[in-house]
This record gives sequence, C-alpha cells and structure tokens, in this order.
Amino acid sequence: MTQDMHRLIAGNKRRDRFFGWAGLAAMVFAVTILLLLLVTLGLEGGRRLSWEFLTSYPSRVPERAGILPACVGTVLVMLVTAVTSVPLGVAAAVYLEEYAPKSRVTAVIEINIANLAGVPSIVYGLMALGLFVYPLHLGHSILTAGLTLTLLCLPVVIIVAREAIRTVPSGIREAAYALGATKWQTIRDHVLPYSTGGILTGVIIALSRAVGETAPLITIGALSFIAFLPSPPVTATPPFLSVRWLFDPFAVLPMQMFNWISRPQEAFHLNAAGAGLVLMLVTLAMNGLAYYIRYRSRRRIRW
Amino acid sequence: MEFANRFHNVKATIGTPAALLLLALYLGWVVLASLQADGPAVITVDGSSTLFPITEAAVEEFQSSHRGRIRITVGISGTGGGFKKFCRGETDIQDASRPISLGEREACRRNGVVYHELPVAYDAMTIVVSRRNTWVDSITLQELKRIWEPSAQRTVLRWSQIRPAWPDVPLKLFGAGSDSGTFDYFTEVVVGRAKASRGDYTASEDDNTLVQGIARDTYALGYLPFGYYENNRQRLRAVPVDAGEGPCEPSRETVENGTYHPLSRPLLIYVNERSAARPEIRRFVESYLGAAGRLAGEVGFMPLPDDLYRLAAEHFRSGRLGTVFHAKAAGMSVIDLFRQDTTP
Repeated sequence: MTQDMHRLIAGNKRRDRFFGWAGLAAMVFAVTILLLLLVTLGLEGGRRLSWEFLTSYPSRVPERAGILPACVGTVLVMLVTAVTSVPLGVAAAVYLEEYAPKSRVTAVIEINIANLAGVPSIVYGLMALGLFVYPLHLGHSILTAGLTLTLLCLPVVIIVAREAIRTVPSGIREAAYALGATKWQTIRDHVLPYSTGGILTGVIIALSRAVGETAPLITIGALSFIAFLPSPPVTATPPFLSVRWLFDPFAVLPMQMFNWISRPQEAFHLNAAGAGLVLMLVTLAMNGLAYYIRYRSRRRIRW
Repeated sequence: MEFANRFHNVKATIGTPAALLLLALYLGWVVLASLQADGPAVITVDGSSTLFPITEAAVEEFQSSHRGRIRITVGISGTGGGFKKFCRGETDIQDASRPISLGEREACRRNGVVYHELPVAYDAMTIVVSRRNTWVDSITLQELKRIWEPSAQRTVLRWSQIRPAWPDVPLKLFGAGSDSGTFDYFTEVVVGRAKASRGDYTASEDDNTLVQGIARDTYALGYLPFGYYENNRQRLRAVPVDAGEGPCEPSRETVENGTYHPLSRPLLIYVNERSAARPEIRRFVESYLGAAGRLAGEVGFMPLPDDLYRLAAEHFRSGRLGTVFHAKAAGMSVIDLFRQDTTP
C-alpha cells in the first residue's frame, strides 16, 4: 500500500521534473533565438549607429546615409494611428461592454472583431488603397498610412480594452448606480479610470506591432527615397498651427530597411541592420512603457 | 464660499461649451488654412528598382542645392508598376530599366500622356555561375535561348543537355521575377518575345536573394544586373556570352564600346511632357542628364558615351517626344536609335 503510494508519488515527481525541464528547454530555445537576433543586429548595426546616422538623409554613399526622414515618418504615422485608434477603439469597447444588449447581433459583431484581429495586414493595405487613396483622395500621405494602421490596430485595441473593462468588478458599478450616478458618470468616473492601465498596455502593444508593418504601407505607396521632412506643424502666419504634414509624402523605417537590403553593396546592408536596430529599440521602448504603465496603474488602484 | 460654488457651476455649464466651441472653430481654421496653403513644389518619380540608385544619387545632388524649396519623392514600384502610374498621369518622371512597351504606349495615349524619353545609363545583364562551377567558360545566345524558352520547362534540366561536353549534373536556374524590367528585357533579347520564359526557376525581385542562391549552388546559372555581379566578384563568376562574334565578357569597356551585345541595355527615364513644362522639373531633368554619367559609374552602372548625353539633353530642350524603341529595337545600338528620327 505505502509502496504503491511511494511509487505513485515518485512517478508524479518525475513527470513534474520532466515538464519543468521541457518548459525550461522551450524557454531557452526562444530566448536564444531572440538573443542571436539581437546580437547579430547589434554587432552589424551597432557600428553604424551614431548621431549622424539618426540625423542624416538617405544617400548614395552608404557612410553618409541616415534615417532621419524614415524616423520622422514613422513617428508621425504612429501619432496619427494612436490619435485615431484609441478613441475609436475605447468607445467601441465601452459600448460593447456597458451599453450593448446581449443579443445575437452583438455576438456576431464580437466574433467579427476577433476575426478581424487575425486578418493578414496586406488585406488592410489593399482595402486602404481602395478606400483612402483613390475614392477619398487622401493620396499617398501620412494621413492615409496612419488610418491604414488604425484599421490594423482597431480590432486588437477593442479586444484588449474590453478585457480591461471587464476586470473592473461589477460591485463598483452597482455602488455607483446606488448613489444615483448615471451610466455615463459611472463609466467616466470609475470604469475608465480603473481600466486605463490595461487599455493603454493593449494600445501600446498594438502600436508596437504596427510600427514594423511594411506590407500595408507598400500597397498604399510608401516611398523609399525622401530627402526632406514633412511640413512643420507650427507656422509663422495665423493660425500658427498647420496640419499640412498630414498630406505630405513619407517614408518609414521598415521601408528604408527593405530598400537598403536590396542593394548590391555590403555597406548598405550594414545600414539596414542599423535601421533595424533602431526599429527594435523603438519597439523595446514602447513595450517597456506598456510594462511601466501597467505597473503604475496596478499600484494606484486598490479595491 | 457659496458665490465661488455658484461661479464654478456657471463656468461648468456655460464656460465649457463656449471653450469647446472656440477650440473647434480654431481647429477648423487650422485645417482650412493648411489645406489652402501651398507647400513646396513636389516632383514625383517612380518605377524601376534597378535604376533607383542613379535616380537617388541625382536627387541627392539636386536637393542639396535646393533644400526645402523643391521636394522630390522616389518610389520603387518596378518598371511595369511605375508605368501604370505614369500613364495615368500620377507621376512626373518614370524610371525604366527597359523601353516603354506597346501596351504602355497605348495606355499613355488613351490618357493623353505624352513624354520625353531620355537614356541615363547602360546596364549589362550578366550571366553568372557560382565560383565553384569549373566547366563553363562561355555560353552562346542560342544556348541561353534553349535554356530559358517556355518549352524548356521540365525538359532542359541538366547541364549536359545544353552542351554535351558539360557534366551530367542538375541545372539550377535563377532569374528575375516577372514584375521586373530585367525579366522583360532578358526574355525579349534571349527568347525573342518579352515575358516569354520558362516558369520553373527560382525567381526573385530581390537580386541579393539571387546572388546568395547562385553563389552557394555549384550547379546554378542565373542572370543579374551588372552591379550585383560587380559587388560579388569573389563569390560569382560572369560567363562570357557569344552572340556570334566570339565570347565576350561583360565589363565597362565591352559595354561602352558595344561589343557586349545584345545583353547590354539602356536605362531610361520618361518625363511627362506636362510636368516638363514646370521649371523646377526642367531644372531637375537637366541636372540629372548632366550628372548621370558620373553618378552611374559611382553606383555600379556604365555611363553612356558623352555625345549621347548631349543628344538627350538636346532632345529634351527641343521638346522631342515619344519613344525611339519601335518595333524590333531591342538589341540595336542605343546611340543609333537616338540619332534616328522619333515619332510621338
């Protein structure tokens, strides 16, 4: 009897150890590949990384070439994407979670949103080409690119925002209603503030994925050579602000990389590695920010 | 205290909407003003990725003297993709690694797009094998045709089938993807009809992929723009091509003196006539033609003879339109073609 039990326990422990080792192996495998990628990029691109590389225009001379327009383009496109996808995504999520009746229609909408999150990005590019570029006459502009990436981010933002809103205990809502608050007051003063951390994390993760997207931007006509910056947002004449840059042509980092990689000269491949390193650092910084926000919001809220 | 409270309420009920309204009005003004403001002039260039390095260099030189006032954008949609946009009138200048095709001329004519055709450099389509390949010392045009024609698909699969003296080992083919001008020109010259090619080979629009593939494979044979061979001499070997007058190796000399024939090809730019009326585009094209010889050499292509650049600039100034590549022009010497009369 006790022998059987001992054997059983020993067997279970063995399996337990085995799974531990298997998990460790999987983790080591994933991390090794990531490290290899980082190290090769770092070794190749690190040599090119300098202040001049970040602040120069592309050039036929690999040593003089830089990524300034691509960096600025990437930042502006992401800005447009963030400004449009956050309000749209959060509002849609709030509606679906708080207002929408639980009917078959909402179920269909929910399934569709989940499906949209898995659609290949090039499909969004084709759709944007057929919607923004020609019928709406937005051209091959920063605005078009930003809106295209918004399409890409929206499903993810909605799904994550809904998850975050769902984690707010319903006791909080009921307490607010008990005090006579309307639905909107409850959402504005309680639900949204408590779920901000989760929502922002999701938004930033969605954006950091969109930052490296090339396919949809190629289809809408992202350019590979630009030696100027978009129009300045501030002007000397009234009204002193300008959104002209929204309609300017642009280049983005992944496109610049792609262009350099396809050159015959080895030195351009180094530049591509440098641009890749910058892109990776941007993604890393964004993910770090997401992590920090989550940490902050968890510390702030106690219920 | 009570007053302050009441004041707060007033502000909340009247102040906020008023402030929002003002903000909305201001933003509306900003958007309207931005839409009306004239930005700096924009010149749009699109087309061949082969020609891209030369155009990039020309733009770089031109813009360093005009920074901020003139903006030039260069895309790489490929020669075919670029012509689609060019013939819709969407772009000002088209980079082409082959002359405009019949269908494209028709499309341009339908949309009322007329153009100047200007040669900017030569490229030599280079037949390459791996450095490990020891048996090939030259290849004839007929042999190339036998390898690449559509009927060779799934039948010509071994080196010994091309020339009995070569070893009985598999033949692995690498070439340009069907969207590139390189593909169009190669098939036209070698097979005799543009876009007629066997399909069972490793095709890539990215020539570096082809370089990697050919360099690693002893049994490989492929074609590349000269620049990609020149930068990978230690890994690739160029095969001299025999077009009936003995084997000829591609090099700057053989291309410039016309002996590397007919696989050398002109790289051209097409300028929309309506765009050419704009002074900044006129200046850009003239500076491009003036610097093209030097820049082509710098980025891995062969410059044209000087008098051809002079001839092209003359054509551009005198407003000569249309293409010189009519019927069976592929393989004819470019300078002869440009000396001939042109029809719009």
